[in-house]
Amino acid sequence: MKHSKKEIKIKGASDMPEMSASLGSMAHNKTASWRNLKPVIDESKCIKCFICWKFCPDAAIDFTDENTPPKINYDYCKGCGICAHECPVKCIDMVEEER
Amino acid sequence: MKKVILGDHAVSYGALLSRVQTIAAYPITPQTLIIERLSEMTANGESNAIFTKVESEHSAMASTVGSSASGARAFTATSSQGLALMHEMLHWAAGARLPIVMANVNRAMAPGWTIWTDQNDSLSARDTGWMQIYCQNNQEVLDSIILGYKVSEQVNLPTMVILDAFFLSHTAEGVDIPDIKEVDKFLPPYKPEIKMDINDPRSFGALTSPDVYMEFRYKMQESMDKAKEVITREGKEFGKMFGRKYGLVEEYRTEDADTILVASATVASTARAVIDEMREAGQKVGLLRIRVFRPFPTEEIVRVIGGKKKVIVIDRNISFGKTGIFFDEVKGAFYNYTGNKPPMFGYIAGLGGRDVTPKVIREIMDDAIKKDKPESEILWKGVKL
Amino acid sequence: MIEILIHGRGGQGAVKASLALASAASKAGKYVQSFPEFGVERRGAPVKAFTRISDEPIVVRSKIYDPDHVIVLDPTLLHTIDITKGLKDGGWIIINTEKSPDSFTEFKKRFKVATVNATKIAVDNRLGSKVAPIVNTAILGAIIRVLDVATKKELAEGIKEFVPIKAEANVKAANEAYDLVKFSEEA
Repeated sequence: MKHSKKEIKIKGASDMPEMSASLGSMAHNKTASWRNLKPVIDESKCIKCFICWKFCPDAAIDFTDENTPPKINYDYCKGCGICAHECPVKCIDMVEEER
Repeated sequence: MKKVILGDHAVSYGALLSRVQTIAAYPITPQTLIIERLSEMTANGESNAIFTKVESEHSAMASTVGSSASGARAFTATSSQGLALMHEMLHWAAGARLPIVMANVNRAMAPGWTIWTDQNDSLSARDTGWMQIYCQNNQEVLDSIILGYKVSEQVNLPTMVILDAFFLSHTAEGVDIPDIKEVDKFLPPYKPEIKMDINDPRSFGALTSPDVYMEFRYKMQESMDKAKEVITREGKEFGKMFGRKYGLVEEYRTEDADTILVASATVASTARAVIDEMREAGQKVGLLRIRVFRPFPTEEIVRVIGGKKKVIVIDRNISFGKTGIFFDEVKGAFYNYTGNKPPMFGYIAGLGGRDVTPKVIREIMDDAIKKDKPESEILWKGVKL
Repeated sequence: MIEILIHGRGGQGAVKASLALASAASKAGKYVQSFPEFGVERRGAPVKAFTRISDEPIVVRSKIYDPDHVIVLDPTLLHTIDITKGLKDGGWIIINTEKSPDSFTEFKKRFKVATVNATKIAVDNRLGSKVAPIVNTAILGAIIRVLDVATKKELAEGIKEFVPIKAEANVKAANEAYDLVKFSEEA
């Protein structure tokens, strides 16, 4: 079993735990791969109301301080678009994921 | 200390001596006395377990799964319809690899409504991943609870300790209740490798893709296989400490026997008297009691009855559309056996608590002995036509 | 091994009597088994309890159909059921009645009869009520005397274990029955 902070790789039954419990926390389970559309904040238009931060269902928007625009955590954001929908000044764009 | 106690109370003492930490249970005849006594034991301070009254057997096992997953030694008990209601959670307990021990009092399934014994309730849970131990007396019931934890906590699979309704549950006999300090030496506190812990958060039982699900199942089977060795080893170790040895099967006067009776639970106990009686009359008969049904002791069965002249299986159960379940499995053990396969006679007797007396067993033996081969796959004993 | 069948009515304590008897015999170093007839018991209905006592471990786990001895807690049962059914020749019938053993001439043809007025003993010791006296412990004194399966001391311990309420009065009743039981070895 390859077990690093970044990823866990399992060969098969011989190196698996018996129990179907996760081997680590969400640090190993980057859910961003589910994303098709990516929210991008136009910081010049952002009024720092943090409504997007409150609404994000995955807690994938980080709050630093009141004077800094929120930061989207692209490791976990699944691209649901709730932030863009809720933004009162429409400063969040959902853009095509480049992969 | 030797005490005259009911089979149900032997379960309660087994749980007490195993220092169980949680008990969540719902009462059902003939299991009720187990739970009553355990609630007394927790109320009067004999046991430090947390006793949870739940609203159903499904909840009883759900609660037990939760406490076991968080690292507690968890216990519950049920019977019949109650076991059926918790069926979904039986899969959960085994799949989550939790070393829960549960007593099930074998009571036949309704309808017709019944409180008397047969094995169809527990055998319907055959494929859930639980180990199953069928007991023949109250002493074995008490000892098997302790042994259940000892084995389960090594192989991470739950154990069902099974006793016949009334013939054990409500029958009192002398039981040696070991000193808890001695039991402590045999059964140290439970230390799980992985448990639910707020300081080490993980997700449990989450969505499992086809990539790894099969491997989890493979590992359950691997543990079941390993359990055979562990049960045998711990049964011997228990014998050294407490003077009572337990294995996967129990042989009685089989060495030079040409005809072997295969039975389980209290029927096997009663059968010993019949074997003695027939031996006195010069007949070479012996008894193989299947104590552990899961994991199934294929090798032991083949070793004991392979090459014998005749094998007779008594089932207090039926797989509708097939045969008696023990009979089916004993036969199955022989398909790839290259030695001499004995003809096998599968009798069904004692369903719904009908008494399997020494006379009934003797008649079965005599019937099979006089025949070359069985006239059908099921030989019904005592059915009124 | 001896097999004892206790006939009583629901509420008279046949099951407790069987348990206390088994416990007493266990203290006397015997192997024992005690169980009720597994059914849906109702107050007043005829009930049975079974006791096995043996020098060897007991492996038979079916009900008792051919007892060595029978106990009758309620004399009215003699008119409702055949208490001698299956009873082995020469076995004891121990009956709670004020009558003497000699008055049971039919029984005495094949069996031995012992009698004790357990009802009076129970009432005298305030066990149960006058209408529904609990006679189970009293008759135990007669049983251990006639069948010689335990001492008075062992019985007292067995009673305390399974009939903890009014234990002293129950033990006293058993001791009185031990002394008062009427029986003779001649059939």
